[in-house]
Amino acid sequence: MSRAGTIRLLFVVLCVGALEAACRGGLISPQFVIPPSVMAAHLWQLLIDGTITADIVETLSNVLMAVILAVSVGFVCGAVLHSLPRLRRAVDPFLATYYAVPFFAFYPLLIVIFGLNALPIVTIGFLFGVVAMIISTINGLDRIPPVLLKTASVLGMGPVRTALMIKLPSAAPHLFTGTKLAIAYSFIGVIAAEFIMSSSGLGYSIAYAFNSFDNRTMYALMLFIILLVTLINAVLYMWEQAIMQRRGS
Amino acid sequence: MAASVVKMSADRSVSTPMLHAEMTGVTRIYAAKGKTPGVHALGPVDLALRQGEFFSVVGPSGCGKSTLLDVLAGLSSPTEGKVVFEGAPVTGSVPPGIGVVFQENAAFPWLSVKDNIAFGLRREGTDPAEVERRVGYALGFMGLEDFAAAYPSQLSGGMRQRVCIARTLVMQPRLILLDEPFGALDAQTRLLMGDELLKLWRETGATVMLITHALDEAAMLSDRIAVMSARPGRIMEELETGWPKERDSRIASEDHFGQITSRLWKRLREESIKATARGGA
Repeated sequence: MSRAGTIRLLFVVLCVGALEAACRGGLISPQFVIPPSVMAAHLWQLLIDGTITADIVETLSNVLMAVILAVSVGFVCGAVLHSLPRLRRAVDPFLATYYAVPFFAFYPLLIVIFGLNALPIVTIGFLFGVVAMIISTINGLDRIPPVLLKTASVLGMGPVRTALMIKLPSAAPHLFTGTKLAIAYSFIGVIAAEFIMSSSGLGYSIAYAFNSFDNRTMYALMLFIILLVTLINAVLYMWEQAIMQRRGS
Repeated sequence: MAASVVKMSADRSVSTPMLHAEMTGVTRIYAAKGKTPGVHALGPVDLALRQGEFFSVVGPSGCGKSTLLDVLAGLSSPTEGKVVFEGAPVTGSVPPGIGVVFQENAAFPWLSVKDNIAFGLRREGTDPAEVERRVGYALGFMGLEDFAAAYPSQLSGGMRQRVCIARTLVMQPRLILLDEPFGALDAQTRLLMGDELLKLWRETGATVMLITHALDEAAMLSDRIAVMSARPGRIMEELETGWPKERDSRIASEDHFGQITSRLWKRLREESIKATARGGA
């Protein structure tokens, strides 16, 4: 492990250790926070007895649908905006201010439109992720070196082959970043939406445990979400690093 | 303005050559766009490339050298005039048989050296055994055998340019256009790359047109050199160097080399001052 990695790990261990000590020593009341070891033990129990399996499956399905929609719609919209500069100039201010819009305010409307099912939740997740993907796609296509497109012309490649064999791989690092952001944003959107407009899922279960003063379950679920998102991000980060190292980007 | 033709060596006779590519009355004017005014970048230019010769174009910065190459290659259309390659007009696309090497790094960063070189052949659907044979030859010719599995980011600027030359070489072009391919390299590497370019030219028998701002490079490599004026680029003079076909960078120490470069500089000095005054350099 690198020195930076060791320091990072040490920092996390110290923080967790300090919280554990503070909880065990009575510095923090168990009504506020329970010791991390108790969170982990209870999470293990919940995973073993299958109490939260259905919630995990539901939340992950919602996130997956939101990510697939955000990445595919975001990519297509980004490519269209890149190819139509006038439309892009017109839309640019909306993209720049997009994340200032509080989507959760629209949840009653989404329920009216889609009904009380997973669709409003997936829509919120999608709305959170899609613009990150649009912006990354436009950035990636903007940064294709013109000389690569000239090379494609010299090799007699038509627009479709140029798009698939030159533009797509050239823009791939930005598309990867867009996908990574879309996953992170969709997670935030879905979990938060489950808090307020769902009767199942991890977000709902956390809210339910909170309202029932069930601190052990609430913190165990929060720990699970942190571990899951960290794991997904770590895998994507390592994959990205491997690609970037090869490409020298 | 008619270009004058100067022979720097009267004792070496030149046989009547076949024309390979020709530009007649070519101009390129970039139309005004919004607040950006239109630019008359090139011409009118008349140019005839002889079959199998090494032809260079020198000129001050911003004089339209690269525009000239783009128009000849079919990468951009002339505003006026005609371009002909092997008897057929060049219109709107790059005809088969023309290969181009650019100054910028054009190696695909997501492919290994070997896959970069094989890219064009595979795209054409060339038989895999033939791809292997030609790529193997190009790797050897350009001294890239040990780097076949490496990625462009792992190579120096000179090595990356070799990859691009090799990628052009495997397509067996009959006309190779080089747009300041060694512009980003240091002086020693440029001399050595020049030697390799001469070797490539002799082995392939292709016609080569090199765009460069380096007078010594043009003087060392070329059979003929066209000198361009400041923008809008016109050909002021064509100069025959009279070098033998078998030559390498050692000719840079000959008196004749000095005569060629001083002749080129004499014609270019005023034009370079004009270009600098315009902010072209």
